[in-house]
Amino acid sequence: MKLDSKIPEGPLAEKWTKHKFNLKLVNPANKRKYEVIVVGTGLAGASAAASLGELGYNVKAFCFQDSPRRAHSIAAQGGINAAKNYQNDGDSVFRLFYDTIKGGDYRSREGNVYRLAETSVSIIDQCVAQGVPFAREYGGLLANRSFGGAQVSRTFYARGQTGQQLLLGAYSALNRQIANGKVKIYNRTEMLDVVIVDGKARGIITRDLVTGKIESHSAHAVVLATGGYGNVFFLSTNAKGSNVTAAWRAHKKGAMFGNPCFTQIHPTCIPVSGDHQSKLTLMSESLRNDGRVWVPKTAKPGLKSIDAVKLPEAERDYFLERKYPSFGNLVPRDVASRNAKQMCDEGRGVGSGLAVFLDFADAIKRDGEDTIRAKYGNLFDMYQQITGENPYKGPMMIYPAVHYTMGGLWVDYNLMTTVPGMYALGEANFSDHGANRLGASALMQGLADGYFVIPYTIGDYLASIGWNDKVGTDHPAFKEAIDKVNTTVNKLINIKGKKTVDEFHRQLGLTMWEYCGMSRSEEGLKKAKKIIQDIKSEFWSNVNVLGGANELNQELEKAGRVADFIELGELMVDDALSRSESCGGHFREESQTPEGEALRKDDDYAFVSAWEFKGENQPEELHKEELRFENVKLTQRSYK
Amino acid sequence: MKITLKVWRQKNKDTKGEFKTYQHDHVSADMSFLEMIDVLNESLIKKGEEPIAFDHDCREGICGMCSLYINGRPHGPLQTTTCQLHMRSFKDGQTITVEPWRAKAFPVIRDLIVDRTAFERIQQAGGYVSVNTGGIPDANAIIIPKKIADEAMDAATCIGCGACVAACKNSSAMLFVSAKVSQFALLPQGKPERAERAEKMVAQMDDEGFGACTNTGACEAECPKGISLTNIARMNREYFGAMLASYEVEVKGGD
Repeated sequence: MKLDSKIPEGPLAEKWTKHKFNLKLVNPANKRKYEVIVVGTGLAGASAAASLGELGYNVKAFCFQDSPRRAHSIAAQGGINAAKNYQNDGDSVFRLFYDTIKGGDYRSREGNVYRLAETSVSIIDQCVAQGVPFAREYGGLLANRSFGGAQVSRTFYARGQTGQQLLLGAYSALNRQIANGKVKIYNRTEMLDVVIVDGKARGIITRDLVTGKIESHSAHAVVLATGGYGNVFFLSTNAKGSNVTAAWRAHKKGAMFGNPCFTQIHPTCIPVSGDHQSKLTLMSESLRNDGRVWVPKTAKPGLKSIDAVKLPEAERDYFLERKYPSFGNLVPRDVASRNAKQMCDEGRGVGSGLAVFLDFADAIKRDGEDTIRAKYGNLFDMYQQITGENPYKGPMMIYPAVHYTMGGLWVDYNLMTTVPGMYALGEANFSDHGANRLGASALMQGLADGYFVIPYTIGDYLASIGWNDKVGTDHPAFKEAIDKVNTTVNKLINIKGKKTVDEFHRQLGLTMWEYCGMSRSEEGLKKAKKIIQDIKSEFWSNVNVLGGANELNQELEKAGRVADFIELGELMVDDALSRSESCGGHFREESQTPEGEALRKDDDYAFVSAWEFKGENQPEELHKEELRFENVKLTQRSYK
Repeated sequence: MKITLKVWRQKNKDTKGEFKTYQHDHVSADMSFLEMIDVLNESLIKKGEEPIAFDHDCREGICGMCSLYINGRPHGPLQTTTCQLHMRSFKDGQTITVEPWRAKAFPVIRDLIVDRTAFERIQQAGGYVSVNTGGIPDANAIIIPKKIADEAMDAATCIGCGACVAACKNSSAMLFVSAKVSQFALLPQGKPERAERAEKMVAQMDDEGFGACTNTGACEAECPKGISLTNIARMNREYFGAMLASYEVEVKGGD
């Protein structure tokens, strides 16, 4: 199978405009004859479902939470990028494009990234019109701040709750369509399979999480906006419910998986406090605007925050400022994380040994405590709540944690997966961030995909198949899929083994973090593959899921998700093994510059890895989509 | 730490629930309240007992999914969400009672999980500005004084958890509804539909079976996001204004 990215020909700046003109349209009166399923109600899903409903399509939207507003986009803190150049500091669509391509370490498509930068400006307009209360200057105009990997201020924000406000905006648009009858919402409902007939996506199989009922839903197209898979590491900044199940089951039905090993480790998270830890909490990257990252020059094991204040300047190593004078504390996330790990590996970590300081003393001295409180108050409160320490009195302790997955379902320029009629949006796809995502770009991509890309591209597909090309839920393929889902559910309940679902999940997470986390080597990855295979076989013979299938059963929900994470984990390891270069967040110990930076091998690896499922317990097949760069020159990324 | 937990267990909405007592001897002060239940659940599973069902998701205080009525207070002793409550807020040897939100409009689904879809229907009744995607003027074409934007943001931070309803002796949802009504009443974008919005959202709130507001202020005191009672006053003003306006329209229509 040959991968066709469908990137339009022609100059970069004209591709999207030209493509939009070439896409087929569905007549307004015919839109009501089509049904579209949208799974997931985060920024990408809610904005897509609302926009498609506004256009006149009949939409069914699904979320596993009790409300669309709970989707994990809600937790994004820092902001959203847009090339508005409101600050007159030299920003432009091309600069945002360039920063994003470079930030992604040249492993994303020029065409996609340029479109993202281009649509970014409309996103801000849209959100403001919805009543999203972005931060403003005294004159009443919108305020901006800077984020990592950029030297301009292009990040729009709503205190430290930007994701919340943007999601509530999309949620309000979704609610309006629900009230209008154009969107039907199914909450506490989880997608467990996708149904494919004659090579096209025709619907999904779901489980009602309250009654346990397995149901079929048919449609002309299926849109997956189901988020990322960071929870494969067990501990991550993702919500507890975030999972790969929808994407993974789509993968097993023919959708290729792009760059699964590209994981973002966020540098500023609250360190692990004990074995009971259930998730990790992010401290927004925006803190690096004012906070300075440091460790002691010589190892001081167990150094606490309250004692750090007394350590003289001469004995501190502000390692990011020292190594990267031009970007300083605002280097991209992969660089900041790797350096923090390096300091801890050298034995200069503080607290438990797996932490570095993020210090606001200078900023407080310069701007006053009130100014810092106004900017970051909620984050400081959260830090104090979790750690019991006051960050106004001593530096915060931070350590990298899994935060985002750049990898995801492979999609073409239209956001269609390798299964016709099935689309993937937002973090669920692999498309725009290459090997490392810049801060404040996830919100941008989710909303670009949902508000401004899918409404155009899905019409092209729907117009080409026609409204009569639909398969009802009475088709044998739906019955077969329901039976398969029921079999899996009953199998999980009837194993009645000795270990809990969480025990397997933790074991998988530790393995992934150790061997497929911030640093990866051939030897470690090979070891991990073996361990994961063992976890898988033990899981299916020794997991203990209590309760029944026909009731609310949270252990059963978790079990299904962990089963999928285990399989995904193995594919991530295979992907990391096959890419023996370093790029962005994927750091192969065998491939580094003399200074220890990620060393790309453009001649061998300037491609997207797209993996094709070949059957249970069979090795997956790797397909390569060559990346062509016509507008940027590939260079060793430098933030010095 | 060692604690005793009295937890509400209820198989489903149609069965009767009861309190069950659990002795929990492996509690660390650094655990969040939900992690404490996670650890208890793991030990229950090992004993062959079904774990306690509870709602949770982001575990960073923003999604609004977690609930729990702890020792007679929604989200427990601090003005925060349950996921952000840590065991250092409790004493060694303490007995802690954990119940679901109690309100007619929030029926129990299982154990500590309640059905909050009444909130969804209220938002669907008018919690939006009627704009479609696209065709929007430049964001800076709308100038909003910082003070107004900040006040709208204060109201917009509501996470929809339902603590206000659980705290209120009348199970009133006024704080929740007024937060959304206020956000849009303050901003120029929300002004064209302000009257209709207030009317529809209040009507839906009444239909759902939430109680009336008697200004006790318990909702504000327990709100994890510090949503202010001022919003309720503003909503009342919006609502009465809307009533008068619709009366005027009727009179004119009769001329």
